[in-house]
Amino acid sequence: MTTLSPSSVDHLDILESHAIFIIREVVAECERPVLLFSGGKDSAVLLHLAVKAFAPQKLPFPVMHVDTGHNFPEVIAYRDERVATLGLRLEVASVQEAIDKGRVPDPGPLGMRNRLQTTALLDGISKHKFDAAFGGARRDEDKARAKERVLSFRNSFGQWEPKNQRPELWQLYQGRVNSGENLRAFPLSDWTELDIWNYIRRENVPLPSIYFAHERPVIKRDGMWLAVGEFVHPEPGEVVERHVVRFRTVGDATCTGAVRSAAETIEAIINEIAVTNVSERGATRADDRFSETAMEDRKREGYF
Amino acid sequence: MTDGTSDLLRFATVGSVDDGKSTLIGRLLVDTRQLFDDQLEAVANASAKRGVGDLDLSFVTDGLRAEREQGITIDVAYRYAATPTRKFVIADCPGHVQYTRNMATGASTADVALVVLDANEGLKEQTRRHLCIAALLGVRYVIVAANKMDLGNWNQAIYDKVVAQINDVGARLGFSDTVVIPVSALRGDNVVEKGFEASWYQGPTVLQALEEAPAGLWANSESGARLPIQWVLRQNGGGRTYAGMVNGANFKLNDTVTLLPAGVTATVVGINGPRGAMDEVVPGLSVDLDLDKDTDAGRGDMLATEPLPTVTQEFEATICWFSEKPLDSGSRLRLKHTTRSTPVRVNAIAGTLDVGTLSVSPAEQLVTNDIGLVNLMTADPIVVDDYRENRVTGSFILIDEVTNATVAAGMIGHANFI
Repeated sequence: MTTLSPSSVDHLDILESHAIFIIREVVAECERPVLLFSGGKDSAVLLHLAVKAFAPQKLPFPVMHVDTGHNFPEVIAYRDERVATLGLRLEVASVQEAIDKGRVPDPGPLGMRNRLQTTALLDGISKHKFDAAFGGARRDEDKARAKERVLSFRNSFGQWEPKNQRPELWQLYQGRVNSGENLRAFPLSDWTELDIWNYIRRENVPLPSIYFAHERPVIKRDGMWLAVGEFVHPEPGEVVERHVVRFRTVGDATCTGAVRSAAETIEAIINEIAVTNVSERGATRADDRFSETAMEDRKREGYF
Repeated sequence: MTDGTSDLLRFATVGSVDDGKSTLIGRLLVDTRQLFDDQLEAVANASAKRGVGDLDLSFVTDGLRAEREQGITIDVAYRYAATPTRKFVIADCPGHVQYTRNMATGASTADVALVVLDANEGLKEQTRRHLCIAALLGVRYVIVAANKMDLGNWNQAIYDKVVAQINDVGARLGFSDTVVIPVSALRGDNVVEKGFEASWYQGPTVLQALEEAPAGLWANSESGARLPIQWVLRQNGGGRTYAGMVNGANFKLNDTVTLLPAGVTATVVGINGPRGAMDEVVPGLSVDLDLDKDTDAGRGDMLATEPLPTVTQEFEATICWFSEKPLDSGSRLRLKHTTRSTPVRVNAIAGTLDVGTLSVSPAEQLVTNDIGLVNLMTADPIVVDDYRENRVTGSFILIDEVTNATVAAGMIGHANFI
C-alpha cells in the first residue's frame, strides 16, 4: 500500500522534500512569516508545498500579493480561487496605493510598475511586521539569483548585501533577525524551470489559464509580444495582431511578454521548454533588459 | 542540500584565485549547450563592454557587478546542468582567501570536489587550504583539472608533477579517488571535447570524469536512522505526528525508535510522506512519523534507531572561524545543531590546524579563516553523531547573539588526519 518505495525516489521527490524542510525551518524560527503569492507558476508550486508542509493543519501564515495594479484578469481570478479553496488569509500590498499616497512617483497609467513593487513590498512587510517572506525565486532564473542564499538576509532598509551574505552550510538554515530586519526565503532555489513544470504535471498543481496556449490580440514591442488589454494599448505604428500565445512567466501586464506557442497542455509545454533556445526571463521580461545587472540592482533596493 | 539520487551529482569547484575555476565552469556550460542564446549574448556583451575579449567565460557564473569589475569570484554561484546521462548541481566557489566562508558554504553539500589549479604553478597554499577544508567537510572523491596546460606547451612533465603533488596530499587527507586531467579551460581542451595536444594523455575529459563519479556520496552515513523533529503536526482526531527530514538510514514501519534526549522508546506505526503513507523512508525525504504512544517530543528533539547518537553538553569539535572578530576561550555564542538552538560557551581552544603540514599548534584564539580544535559546552543537551559518521547530525553552526551573523561552521569530533 506504499505510494513511494525507496527505489522509486527521484530527483523531484528530493527537491520537494528539501523545500518542505526549508519552509518548516523558517516557520519554526521566525515570528511572522508570509508567503509572497503572485499567481505565477513558481508561487503556485511554493504554495502547494507550504500546504503540504503543514497538512492536515491549515497554513499557519498568510499570503501576500504585491499588486502592481496591472494585472491579467485571469491571474486575479486564479488568486481568489486559491485563497477561497485553501482557506488562506490574503494581504494585498498595492503599488496603486503607494502611488496614491505619493510614496513612489506615478509612471502614468500605462507605465511599467515592476520596479515600484519594491516600495509596496517593503511597506507591506513593515506594516504587518513580517520577519520572513517566502518567495518562489529560482537560482536558474538569473545570474544574481544564482548567487543568493536560500535564506537571504535583508537589513532594516530591506536591502540585499551581495558581498556580505551569511554563510549557509549543510542543511542548517539560520533565520535569526533583529527587529526591523527580515529574511527572504527561497525554498525553490535549486529547482529549474523544467523541474517546476514536471512537478506541476505530477501533482496537478492548478495554474492561471494564461500559461496555456490561447488566442488573443497582441502587439510587438521591443521584440516582445505584449497582450493588448486594459493597460497595453497600441502606440502609433504598432499593429494589433491575433496570435495563439502563452505566457512563460506572470508579471506586470505592461512588461510581461507572451511567446507564440500552441502548447495547450502541460506535456506540450514541457516538450517546448526542452528544446527552447531562449531563457524564461530573456523571452518575456522587459524589466531585466535595462542593464547587465538589472536584477542585482533591484535586489539591492529590496526587490524580491 | 540533501541526499542524492543516482542521477544527480552535486559538485563544488575549489582552488586558488585566478587558476580558472569560473572559466572552466563557463567552458563546461557553454560546450554542453546549457546556456540559452540570450544568456550567451549577454556574456558576449558584458565581455565587449569590459574589453576582455569576445567571450569571457568566467562571466557565465560571475554574475555580480563587483565580481565582473574586479575579475574575481566573491560568492558561490549555483548552476544547474544536465547531460543525457546525468543532472548536475554546480557550486562555483570563490578562490580568494577572504571569501573562504563562501567556499565552505559551496563545498558543504558537495558529493565531489572539482579542483582547478594552474598546472604551471602547481599546488599553492590556497589550493592546499581548500583541499583541506573540502576534506574536513567530508569530500573524499576529487577530480583535478590541471589547467592552463597550453601555456606550458602541454609538457607531460608539468602534468606528472601535479599528479605527484595531488597523490601526496590526497593520501594524507584521505581522499578515496583522485583523477587528474590536463586541460585548457580557455581553449576547451579535455573539458568536454578531447584535446589533441596531449597525445600522451588517455584518461577522461572533465565531463566524462563528472559523469563517471559516484553520486549521492554526501548522504553516505554509518549512523542509524535520524529524524530531527522540526514541527509537531496535530492530526484530525487529536493525534500528533513528528515532522522532519530523515537522515542517516531508512526508517521502516514497526521500527523501534528512541526519542532523545529523553531516552523514551516507541514503535513507528505510521510514516506519512509528501505523496502519502509509506512503509519505509530513505534519507532526504520529509515525512512525519506516527508513534504507538504519546510523548512530549517537540522541536529540537530527535527520533533515532540503533546505533544511537550521543546526548551531550560538552564535546570536542573542529571549527572554521569566519568572523573578523577573533574567538577567545570563554566566548559565549549560540549554537544551531539540526533543529535545536542553544547557548554555547567555548571551554577551551586546543589549537589551530596548519593547512600545509596538517599539524596542530597551540593557540590562544582563532582569527578569520582559522581552522581550530575546540571544546564546547552547551546550555541544553544536544544529540550528536561524529561528523565522519553522519554529516547532518555531526554538523553545527555558531551564531553571534548580537548581530545574528553566522560566525563559524563546526563538525563534531575531528578528521583522521588531525
